[in-house]
Amino acid sequence: MGRDRLRVVCYSLVIGVALLGIWQASVAGNAPGKGLPGPAAVARAAGEMLANPFYNNGPNDKGIGLQLLASLGRLAVGYAVASLVAIALGVVLGLSPALYRAVNPYIQILKPISPLAWMPLFLYTIRDSGWAAVLVIFMSSLWPTLANTAFGVVNIKRDYLHVAAILQLSWWRRLMQVILPAAAPAIVAGLRISIGSAWVAIVAAEMLIGGTGIGYFVWNEWNNLALTSVIFAIIAIGLIGVLLDAGLGRLSRRLAWSE
Amino acid sequence: MADVLDEVIVRAIERAAFGGEHGRREFVRAVGATTAAAVLASVFPMQAARALAQDKAGPPEKKDLKIGFIPITCATPIIMAEPMGFYKKQGLNVNVVKASSWAMIRDLSINGETDATHMLSPMPLAISMGVGSQSVPYVMPAVENINGQAITLHIKHKGVTTAAEMKGFKFGVPFDYSMHNFLLRYVLAEGGVDPDKDVQIRAVPPPEMVANLRAGNLDGYLGPDPFNQRAVFEGAGFIWMLSKDIWPGHPCCAFAAKREFAEKMPNTFKAVLAAIIDATQYAHDTTHRKEIAAAIAPRNFLNQPVEVVEQVLTGVYPDGLGATKTVPDRIDFDPFPYQSMAVWILTQMKRWGYVKTDVTYKKIAEEVFLASACRDALRASGARAPESNSVKHTFVLGGKSKVFDPDKPEDYIKSFAIKRA
Repeated sequence: MGRDRLRVVCYSLVIGVALLGIWQASVAGNAPGKGLPGPAAVARAAGEMLANPFYNNGPNDKGIGLQLLASLGRLAVGYAVASLVAIALGVVLGLSPALYRAVNPYIQILKPISPLAWMPLFLYTIRDSGWAAVLVIFMSSLWPTLANTAFGVVNIKRDYLHVAAILQLSWWRRLMQVILPAAAPAIVAGLRISIGSAWVAIVAAEMLIGGTGIGYFVWNEWNNLALTSVIFAIIAIGLIGVLLDAGLGRLSRRLAWSE
Repeated sequence: MADVLDEVIVRAIERAAFGGEHGRREFVRAVGATTAAAVLASVFPMQAARALAQDKAGPPEKKDLKIGFIPITCATPIIMAEPMGFYKKQGLNVNVVKASSWAMIRDLSINGETDATHMLSPMPLAISMGVGSQSVPYVMPAVENINGQAITLHIKHKGVTTAAEMKGFKFGVPFDYSMHNFLLRYVLAEGGVDPDKDVQIRAVPPPEMVANLRAGNLDGYLGPDPFNQRAVFEGAGFIWMLSKDIWPGHPCCAFAAKREFAEKMPNTFKAVLAAIIDATQYAHDTTHRKEIAAAIAPRNFLNQPVEVVEQVLTGVYPDGLGATKTVPDRIDFDPFPYQSMAVWILTQMKRWGYVKTDVTYKKIAEEVFLASACRDALRASGARAPESNSVKHTFVLGGKSKVFDPDKPEDYIKSFAIKRA
């Protein structure tokens, strides 16, 4: 096991170094400051930005740390509300096959719509760009959790529900002690997909609305064609995505069970 | 605005002269409102009273304001007024807020997330009319910049000399309701190119123009600076024509607000207008341009190399074909919103089918382009202001001059060979 792990780490490092090497080699011919920046230039820019991540020079110029926090704040609100709604709705649909079949066509229509397509509508109706962005997150993280929850509840062993009925458990105890635990692995799998798509959507949403957030940061640097900053932001977005996913991965391992 | 104020003042004086509202009504009923005002004016210096009332605006109703802007040099007065203290001088605490596109600027303003805003001068007209937007009454008391735009073409088109050679091109303009769109269409149509059939014109947010040009996604654009000069700086394009060689002194961007804001907070509106007028006058002086370039280039505002902004504001610039040009009036700053400019914009909206119904040119122009408010503000700051709200404008495209008469808008539209109306 230990040796396997070592080998995997070695392969990973080799791949990483090779990619960086190819990148560096492909930009080596560029005059300084022109063309695509190489890894060294990006590392320098990253160093500068990370040296002072929380500076605040007014509404249009904040450090990368503040921008990421702004995005994570939006994500937290939109994702939390979407998850609550999706799990509640998913349980209801999962317990009632007829209702599920009735609602399913609408879910299928709404699901493939890019959450960004809602943006103009949200701006027009709720008249606040910040909340419009949060709603985009809501829309993007609703469907995977909803579908997975419904699926998880439908597939709960009938025996469990029968036993719960025989024991005459209240609906609340039935929900908390039987249904949700039984469906938990499926629900968490849905939550994990949702947070990924929410994080993907937030960047695009912020590029549209401007103001704050890592998406705005990318857009603002794009204005200036400051590609070093853009590449650094891309890497930061990726790393945060990994962290978010790893957090839910951990949760899913804790909730996993087998008979 | 000014008219509303006038009426209030006249009434107040009449009330004072006739012993209260009751006496005033008696007198007005007896002789008619016009006569009443005239009689009074003959014994009372009404003009002076008006001026006095307007000079003595009370303290602003709201001090903390947000003003939206798009990061382009057209917004120079709006932006520089923050770092250079023009808003502060009027007792205002203003944050200028960067927006990503014109649609976003419009929505932020309509939704009340900004108090006043940078707009393209056709936008307050279009929004007030409910064209391409929900209908919300807007006022535009000041033009930001005149001239200052250019047609930039991809470097691979460096042999192109006439509009006729541009058939099949893909062009970018910042927004449908922009001077850019109307001027580009004007140039193309004068060259015999139908802008709806022979080329493609699409709305591209200014900051995304250079990237699109570079990628070959656009053959050119009539865009705002610094993005024309930035294309030169990046080696992606060259400046084919400055917009001042189409219509010298044409308006471009504007300072606008919802009419509601001007009416509910007249003192704030006056104070912020005074700041804008001051800043515009300051920017008009070419000796200040380097200082201004340094103030607005940082990341908080334009986020551009100061070198590029300087090339735009000073008018000493490389054109992308190896020559260095010196054109001091490449961009200029003059706040006066001639209502005849609005009429021209409306004729073009009609000409290209953005408006299908009859247009009451003069009425809309007077409602939106607040020439008298601007005149008052200019005079209050000690500057000279034009006497007339409306003038004839001369186009000079291709060295031939063509005069636009604001009193005959329909005839003007009819005079064009290529049109949708």
